[in-house]
Amino acid sequence: MAEENYINLTIDGTQVKTKEGMTILEAAKSVGIDIPTLCFLKDINEVGDCRMCIVEVEGRKGFATSCIQKVEEGMIIHTHSPAVLEARRVILDLILSNHHKDCLTCSRSGNCELQNLAIKFNVQNIEYTGKQSEHTIDDLSPSIVRDFNKCILCRRCIATCKNVQKIGAIDCMNRGFDSCISTVNNQSLRDVNCTNCGQCIEACPTGALREKDNTDEVWKALKDEKKYVIVQTAPAVRVALGEEFRYANRYKCNRKNGNGS
Amino acid sequence: MKTLQEIAEIRKNKREELDLRVNLKASTKEKHILVCHGTGCTSSKSPDIIENFKKSIRDNNVDNVKVIQTGCFGLCAKGPIVIIRPEDVFYSLVKPEDCEEIVKTHLIEGKLVERLLCKEINDSTVKRLDELNFYKKQKRIALKNCGVIDPENIDEYIAFDGYKAIEKCLFELTPDEIINTIKESGLRGRGGAGFPTGKKWEFTKMAKGDQKYIVCNADEGDPGAFMDRSILEGDPHCVVEAMMIAGYSVGANKGYIYVRAEYPIAVQRFQTAINQAKGYGILGKNIFGTDFSFDLEIRLGAGAFVCGEETALLESIEGRRGQPRLKPPFPANSGLWRKPTLINNVETYANITRIILNGAKWYASIGTENSKGTKVFALGGNVVNTGLVEVPMGTTLREIVYDIGGGIPNGRKFKAAQTGGPSGGCIPLEHLDTPIDYESLAQIGSMMGSGGLIVMDDSKCMVNIAKFYLEFTVDESCGKCTPCRIGTKRMQEILQKICDGKGEKDDLEKLEKLANNIKRASLCGLGQTAPNPVLSTLKYFREEYTAHIRDKFCPAGECKALANVRIDSTKCKGCGICKKNCPVGAISRRNKTAT
Repeated sequence: MAEENYINLTIDGTQVKTKEGMTILEAAKSVGIDIPTLCFLKDINEVGDCRMCIVEVEGRKGFATSCIQKVEEGMIIHTHSPAVLEARRVILDLILSNHHKDCLTCSRSGNCELQNLAIKFNVQNIEYTGKQSEHTIDDLSPSIVRDFNKCILCRRCIATCKNVQKIGAIDCMNRGFDSCISTVNNQSLRDVNCTNCGQCIEACPTGALREKDNTDEVWKALKDEKKYVIVQTAPAVRVALGEEFRYANRYKCNRKNGNGS
Repeated sequence: MKTLQEIAEIRKNKREELDLRVNLKASTKEKHILVCHGTGCTSSKSPDIIENFKKSIRDNNVDNVKVIQTGCFGLCAKGPIVIIRPEDVFYSLVKPEDCEEIVKTHLIEGKLVERLLCKEINDSTVKRLDELNFYKKQKRIALKNCGVIDPENIDEYIAFDGYKAIEKCLFELTPDEIINTIKESGLRGRGGAGFPTGKKWEFTKMAKGDQKYIVCNADEGDPGAFMDRSILEGDPHCVVEAMMIAGYSVGANKGYIYVRAEYPIAVQRFQTAINQAKGYGILGKNIFGTDFSFDLEIRLGAGAFVCGEETALLESIEGRRGQPRLKPPFPANSGLWRKPTLINNVETYANITRIILNGAKWYASIGTENSKGTKVFALGGNVVNTGLVEVPMGTTLREIVYDIGGGIPNGRKFKAAQTGGPSGGCIPLEHLDTPIDYESLAQIGSMMGSGGLIVMDDSKCMVNIAKFYLEFTVDESCGKCTPCRIGTKRMQEILQKICDGKGEKDDLEKLEKLANNIKRASLCGLGQTAPNPVLSTLKYFREEYTAHIRDKFCPAGECKALANVRIDSTKCKGCGICKKNCPVGAISRRNKTAT
């Protein structure tokens, strides 16, 4: 590659040479600097909503959104300055202030991006408490449960549904503090064009979307002596089981061009 | 379709006919009754006034009198306004039933209807329009035609040099020369941020793209602001013409104007202007026989404040949820449908034709070193002459509030002025002599904004004011980014707590920390400026906050939860009037003293 396609910049005092077109986030990662993100999902959701990934760029008034903003020649970037750390801590605090914090019983406990960030930022108390959004849990769909009391409005589910799966069953409704992810006319997921593919659950960083759990019903059927129980699974389940036993995944999902399974 | 020659003829003939509108010494038998037909006067029945005038003129067989609907005259506090030209008599607070009297006394008998003449506070002498203090310090450039022409008559616009600027651009100037003229004039964006307009045009011209667009931002959302509405209602053609000039300069053949649906009169007048311009062949294909084509369409906004943010506005025009995009890329490079787009505010466009016709030097001679020209303000709140004013940049706030605005009514004192609406700050008495320009206002923690100017007297509680503006931003936040969506809500909750008398010691620190972080971390201008009313009141009126928190006392007496009525027992005579008048029976009586 020609020399002019490289860009020189300084990240946290280190001189870095990166390819043109890289985001600040990628450039930082290339030199081992970890910038926290929440709404970012590479190639799928690059909107800069959550503001966790903000960094300071010298000479600029506001913070820069590192997950989207491209590197520029001569940029001097501070990813962990006191101001950045304070802002990130405040943002995390705000997100947590409007989140049902029932982590102990949450399906995503231990595997939750928000929980991980709270641990990383050593959140011991929430400074800015106040009104919390109240949403009814939608569990009418045969396979997906939506609990928007845990939604952080990152919109990864919308992007996945619209841009990857090409369905567009969900989008953002209302505005400001009352914003929420919803379906047309605020119907249950059961009553709209949702295909139950479950990719939104995969994209959700918290426990706002989860699979419907039928374990109890299966146990009941298995224990029913009058029933002859057979198992039918979708290909995806077989792949998942295989993956658990470390088989190579021949059906690797290509997120950019549809699910490809 | 009209040829250039035909338009020149209309200009000449119509200008002679309308000379009496601007020339007080015009020797003519004709009289024009100008009735304000802006939104304010319309809601006070100015359409009925026009009808009654016409009827009365017919009934009394008065010749040589025309009744004309015009845009806003500015002095909205005295509306509905009727001006009779050429003698320039200013009748204020006219009611539909007064028309008959004006026709009989003024037009037939040739006497003045004294009781309806506009009088100024502290000076009961009757004055003509140009003698009123309200107009003395004003300089009308953007509002030049407002209140002079009939906005629904293209010929009247043409008479006052209308569509002469586009003619000059097409036949005498190259796009680069036009852009240089705008740059040299020093014109800056009137939407609030004050970005140099010429540079914006240059960036859009330089941007590569097969299709470019011109957009006019008429989504005026600040509470109390109505400058853009008045321009669209009073002189829509000047915006049409300026957008054409912009199109020719940057290489765009399509324009959109994004107007709020809450402005029905402005929308209708603008549509009429587009239709008339199309009818004359001024808008459309191969304008005046040149290669330049330009088409213009209206897009209606559904009333979201955030859609005044340029990228959210573009999203809305494209038919999506009005949410801001991340900048860069700026609209000049990637705007409407990701094509290079020039987006300016109504008032910015309203200056363009005047600059082209009078030259950059003329425009640059008005104003201050870094802020050229004039600025239109919607003057409101606790001030005598509420209305629309246009002053040269550098005019002080004191001149606007006292000389033009006529001071504070009801014998109260000035406490603060809010510029820039919910994005601006409160300016206290000590800064009343600050010259109004982009830099000076920013320096004292406020901003020019789009031109809302709300004056507050000493009965206003500044904590409550900050809360009011925060409530507005909480309501109008689009909900895209965290700091604005949840942060402004938390700020508003803290302010509510303080107003309710439940404020705690560390609340101000928490509020300041949150405000500063929202300012730096938010995605768009709405969030980045939302904390300004709080930060500026904290800066200049901190003792009021402290009084609410520490002493549980609202110095202005506005916060109901902190109202504490005390009776001075040394003065109480035990008359019982307070007890008798208390609507809720909160006062009881014991041994000749109230308790």
